[in-house]
Amino acid sequence: MVALLKREVQIAWRSGGGALTGVLFFLAVVTVFPFAVGPDTKLLSHLAPAILWIGALLASLLGLDRMFAQEREDGSLDVLVMQGHPLMAVFFVKAFAHWLMSGLPLVLATPLFGIMLNLSPLGIGATMVTLLAGTPAISFIGAAGASVAVKLPRGGMLISVLVLPLVIPVLVFGIAAITGALQDPAPFTAPFLLLCAITLFTSVLGPLAASVMLRHSAD
Amino acid sequence: MTPENAIHTGPSNLWGLANPTRFMGFANRAIPILACLTILLFGIGLYLSFNAPEDYQQGYTVLIMFIHVPAAWLAMMTYSVMSISALGSIIWRHPLADVSLRTAAPLGAIFTFLALATGSLWGKPMWGTWWEWDARMTSVLILLIIYLGLIALSKAFDEPSEAAQPLAIMTLVGFAIIPIIKFSVDWWNTLHQPASVSRLDTPAMGPEFLYPLLIMALAYMALFFTLHFMSMRNEVLARRIRAMKMKQARRG
Repeated sequence: MVALLKREVQIAWRSGGGALTGVLFFLAVVTVFPFAVGPDTKLLSHLAPAILWIGALLASLLGLDRMFAQEREDGSLDVLVMQGHPLMAVFFVKAFAHWLMSGLPLVLATPLFGIMLNLSPLGIGATMVTLLAGTPAISFIGAAGASVAVKLPRGGMLISVLVLPLVIPVLVFGIAAITGALQDPAPFTAPFLLLCAITLFTSVLGPLAASVMLRHSAD
Repeated sequence: MTPENAIHTGPSNLWGLANPTRFMGFANRAIPILACLTILLFGIGLYLSFNAPEDYQQGYTVLIMFIHVPAAWLAMMTYSVMSISALGSIIWRHPLADVSLRTAAPLGAIFTFLALATGSLWGKPMWGTWWEWDARMTSVLILLIIYLGLIALSKAFDEPSEAAQPLAIMTLVGFAIIPIIKFSVDWWNTLHQPASVSRLDTPAMGPEFLYPLLIMALAYMALFFTLHFMSMRNEVLARRIRAMKMKQARRG
């Protein structure tokens, strides 16, 4: 399993820096927002958590349909399926590797973009923590969507449409936790713990769905 | 390739054919009965609805409730029917379960849309706005998006039988997550604007409203099953035509 994880990360790293592209997309989204809402720093700092979360959401969705597609094309997916490891664990590792290469860089890039959006240090911290807890859920639900994409070579857009409604809870609780950290009466712990719970829940559900989907698709 | 796979992917599989045939016989008999039942129930339900007394607060607009609330119920029931079909489709790989799942999705989307549209028409005189980001409306809107996504997915494959598994899995994933979405949307709304919109708070609905509502709900259900069986019959026929065309094409 560790070997698989290492292999996944190496492939993602060497094939044109997938992580960097995600961060670049994140940067582009963050840059576009001030053009849309105006350069008012007060307004921007108010909107910053929302902008960062939506940017992270879109950036994570970006490469989703390719999560299993390349392996499918070169046949290594069939090898993984036939190896006899528990399939759920295999897809868990693959989804986790996807998060390491797409979600984690976004978390690390957040402080810089937070400063650009005039977000307070506390807000930056809260955004980072919630992104750290929440973005894995996007990768895990995405694994289910990506397993569908394997059978659907040109379905990138459709996968996003299917996955986006399912990650709404992640967004809701992520933003709720940030609001809780920044404004006094609202609670931080409750939405944050719910966010963690959703991530744990999807870490089972997503790989399970992917393993059911891909077990029989080897042909 | 495993044997079960061979059965599944084979053209017009052997044991699947027998069952759809039996289903067709059943559907042919059931559809007229269900259609009559639907008309009868709608007749009674609409008659009772229009004779329901005016609400002391809402006046005549309360009549919208009799078409709005059953549509919302049916929107949820249809998803349950789809999830059960999805289980059948994954576990037994039964073609009829896939037919049921696929044909229920547009019906569910239409009921969801009806619930949203009538709710919007009701909201204008009552709340003074067509749309409010109220927890309930938002979660129904998300349900509509999920329905539309599933319909798009079911149409995205060249070979209809290939769509069966992805469709069933995404339906079940949705079924697992929808309660969380519902809960999160409730949380989200109460966080931002606590109780700015009070829904129809009739503590105990009087029988003069309750009976027409229940009869209308039964009428909607009968309508759903009539349409569902009809479109399942259509889908089975369409697949047979497709199989015949393939056979003909192969013969040259």
